Amino acid sequence: MINFNYVQASTQKNVTDTLMKDGTAQIIAGGTNLVDLMKRGVAAPQKLIDINNLSLKNIEQQKGFVRIGALALNSVVAENELVVQKFPLLSKALQSGASQQLRNMATVGGNMMQRTRCSYFYDTTMPCNKRNPGTGCGALKGYNRMHAIFGATENCIAVHPSDMCVALAALNASVIISSSRSERKIAFTDFHKLAGTNPEKDNTLQRGEMITAVEIPDANNFAQHSTYLKIRDRSSYAFALISVAAALDMNGGKINNARLAMGGVAHKPWRLTTAENFLKGKAATEENFKQAAALAMKDAKAYRHNNFKLTLAPNSIAEALKIAAAM
Amino acid sequence: MNDNNKDDKTLNHSRRQFFKISTALTAVALTPSYILKAADDNMDDKIAELFEKRDLNIEVNGIVHTLSIEPRVTLLDLLREQLKLTGSKKGCDHGQCGACTVHVNGQRVLSCLSLAIMQDGKKITTIEGLAKGDELHPMQAAFIKHDGFQCGYCTPGQIMSAVACVREGHANNEDEIRSYMAGNICRCGAYPNIVDAITEVKQKGGTI
Ligand SMILES: Cc1cc2nc3c(=O)[nH]c(=O)nc-3n(C[C@H](O)[C@H](O)[C@H](O)COP(=O)(O)OP(=O)(O)OC[C@H]3O[C@@H](n4cnc5c(N)ncnc54)[C@H](O)[C@@H]3O)c2cc1C
Ligand code: SF4
Ligand code: FES
Ligand code: FES
Repeated sequence: MINFNYVQASTQKNVTDTLMKDGTAQIIAGGTNLVDLMKRGVAAPQKLIDINNLSLKNIEQQKGFVRIGALALNSVVAENELVVQKFPLLSKALQSGASQQLRNMATVGGNMMQRTRCSYFYDTTMPCNKRNPGTGCGALKGYNRMHAIFGATENCIAVHPSDMCVALAALNASVIISSSRSERKIAFTDFHKLAGTNPEKDNTLQRGEMITAVEIPDANNFAQHSTYLKIRDRSSYAFALISVAAALDMNGGKINNARLAMGGVAHKPWRLTTAENFLKGKAATEENFKQAAALAMKDAKAYRHNNFKLTLAPNSIAEALKIAAAM
Repeated sequence: MNDNNKDDKTLNHSRRQFFKISTALTAVALTPSYILKAADDNMDDKIAELFEKRDLNIEVNGIVHTLSIEPRVTLLDLLREQLKLTGSKKGCDHGQCGACTVHVNGQRVLSCLSLAIMQDGKKITTIEGLAKGDELHPMQAAFIKHDGFQCGYCTPGQIMSAVACVREGHANNEDEIRSYMAGNICRCGAYPNIVDAITEVKQKGGTI
């Protein structure tokens, strides 16, 4: 690992001022992604700003939403009483990610900012537009079993690896972002971006900004019928091939409202709004779930090694809906 | 120093002076390009900082150490290389195996992905700190009784993780134990016996 200068920030402004002034500085929170990338030479910040002394750990009820600080640990959020009671989907998604040791280190902000696990991105001897813009995409004609089926371009076909983010996208969460001058709030689904022509950028965070919290609206009836289904190569401690966050607002056998998002399929958590709209007002039957899944797959496109996702994805959507409805 | 660095702990100036000279003379060939660029820009202070060691106060198994380390040193390397506590193992060095599991302020974490400099003022427990003198920790005794290992390489990590698993209240049945121990890989496949050992410790109850 190339050496770097280490500073502990005592205020939020400290962090955003330093980020603004010094383009080579990077925040470190739990370190579970950044330290790994630094060891492999994929990231080489000249300065690390340790933000762990900031008071951004709180999880609190506010009017109409629950606010979770950017430094709340993944393990703490997963077992927090408010979260378990109001957003079991989020709790389940977090529990299905990484391991307890990693969840004890990983923060909400860091989880959102984690980089793709594309193996070409990790291998500094390989071409990769995300790591080194303009060098090409190694995965496009390479081994691309883990890669995207939605919204990709020839520039980059990577997927966002987070489980937590899929749940937050389904729950219509917002992200609170601070700079030295102002604070802004954006929809969670607008935080991450598609690869487009600049895959080196994973999201819409600007220079000089940091994440301070996420807010999840709680005026809804999704808690009772929601699930996170994660399909992976082994039953634990692995990234998703496909994951589905499904939440239903049910009235007897009828669906008032549905929320669906997928992981492992796109450069960002992938909301399935067409399928959601289709399910509105419909009966909770297997036939309807299959139709919703088929609608969701409309624009899917596979690459050489991930053709299996075109079958696995709709099956997983229908299965997740079935589990959520049966609860 | 520019005010980017106003949070920096005080730097040792004679040391810095040394680096200003030595970087110019000898380190050039070994130095990353951005540092050379910094040198071109007459940013000697910045160069010096990059090689600077920093103070660290850390309590390991009840003993307080005052050390001087580079920021890039991981907690695992600090334990193994500087403190000669080689019980914590380096299996993958990338967070994928759990062999390096230690407790920081009572919570299980991976020491290979923890920067030592970020543990300032914290209390670390490693496998060496679990026994009380000659008396094994109940989890260590249970691993021996149930043959919870073969080669033993993953075992320190397994035991540190297992102790935390019981303390967290995540050892109530086999499924839960398997799920919360998933971060500790055993190449020898001692899993059934590890689950038995944890189950026994959990069922005996009491504080461990
Ligand atoms: C072996 C392994 C398995 C894993 N499995 C899974 C899995 O199955 N599912 C899953 O979802 N994840 C998984 N992860 C990833 C893990 O969840 C992330 O590494 C973790 O969430 C990152 O959080 P952190 O606090 O450690 O981030 P750090 O490593 O500290 O930081 C990551 C990035 O976020 C930036 N950052 C951190 N906080 C902020 C902030 N407040 N504002 C702006 N930028 C910020 C940093 O600058 C850095 O670029 C796994 C990781 C490993 C090593
Ligand atoms: S898919 Fe994206 S991250 Fe992977 S090699 Fe291509 S450009 Fe890089
Ligand atoms: S050595 Fe730390 S997880 Fe493998
Ligand atoms: S005992 Fe050999 S790796 Fe677990």
